[in-house]
Amino acid sequence: MTTKPRTAVVTGASEEVGSILHNNEEDPMISLKPGVQAPDFCLSATPDQKVSLSDFRGQPVVLVFYPADWSPVCSDQLGLYNELKPEFSEFEAQIIGISVDGVWCHLAFSQNRKLHFPLLADFEPKGAVARQYGVYREKEGESERALFVIDPEGVIRWSYVSPVGINPGADGILKALESMARGEKAVSIRN
Amino acid sequence: MAKSATLTQLVSAHDHAEGPADALLTLVEYGDYQCPYCGAAYPVVKRLQKTLDMKLRFVFRNFPLTQAHPHALIAAEAAEAAALQGKFWDMHDLLFEQQAFLKPDIIPLWAERIGLDLKKFGNDIEQGFAEKRIKEDRQSGIRSGVNGTPTFFINGTRYDGSPDYGSLLAALESELALLST
Repeated sequence: MTTKPRTAVVTGASEEVGSILHNNEEDPMISLKPGVQAPDFCLSATPDQKVSLSDFRGQPVVLVFYPADWSPVCSDQLGLYNELKPEFSEFEAQIIGISVDGVWCHLAFSQNRKLHFPLLADFEPKGAVARQYGVYREKEGESERALFVIDPEGVIRWSYVSPVGINPGADGILKALESMARGEKAVSIRN
Repeated sequence: MAKSATLTQLVSAHDHAEGPADALLTLVEYGDYQCPYCGAAYPVVKRLQKTLDMKLRFVFRNFPLTQAHPHALIAAEAAEAAALQGKFWDMHDLLFEQQAFLKPDIIPLWAERIGLDLKKFGNDIEQGFAEKRIKEDRQSGIRSGVNGTPTFFINGTRYDGSPDYGSLLAALESELALLST
């Protein structure tokens, strides 16, 4: 699945341009950048429970925006983070998944994949939180595949928008968490 | 070429490898023995090995998704314990060929089938010697940007294309062409 380049100037093969754009660590036109206070939100995690970002003040948070539940692979992005929960726990980091799916879909998906972190429903208004973070894809009506690492004070310290067809893995997240744990002011990730 | 994740742990003599150490192409797979997609990739890799012959070195490293696949870890331990008796590939191949039948009970039978010393086999698993390698692979995989199973790296760069034979072959041949310019 090729992603459309987002700037007006397009030269060379579109796939190449697309990957050049998306391999920037943040898309300056759209997603929220490090240094910015992460917008608070309150979304349903289950049919009768709501979760706010501010609930996790005091610990790092990894926000995982993703397009939709039920991708057809057993080892998708969320499955991977589920597997790596011990590594994230070393930093006391809370992983939170967010998509536009509703709570019942999330419930079924979470049970099926045995996920051990909350999935939040950015359902009504649709994509409102994704929009706040600059990662909503209007045409598709889904969020980007985007990662935000937020520090215990609620400030975004690292963000990354992945091409939707590519699972970004966990190395960037872990590098960001390590950098924060070392007390570095500017989180630097070199791929 | 699009920038993708790269291997942090370079291939060494420590790795399980098939093919010449100086082959122009090295294909590393991080895999899970209970993952159906890795099961599907198994014959693809065999075919690639046949087609590319001496040009290809294939390396397998562990990335069991223990949350999703309850038998992935014991299968990986079985392969690593077999490795300690010099029969890694026998067990690796058997695990994928018989993936449909994978469960803990069957593993001793397979160990026997490939001629392992069962006492040592069981002991190495129990003592955690087999698991050590798996933990190392998991860490190197995470750092290298493994994003699921199977994750392939061609000459150290993560392959983000489709895991079918045609696509992988094209990517490998493309890398060969790059090397000869």
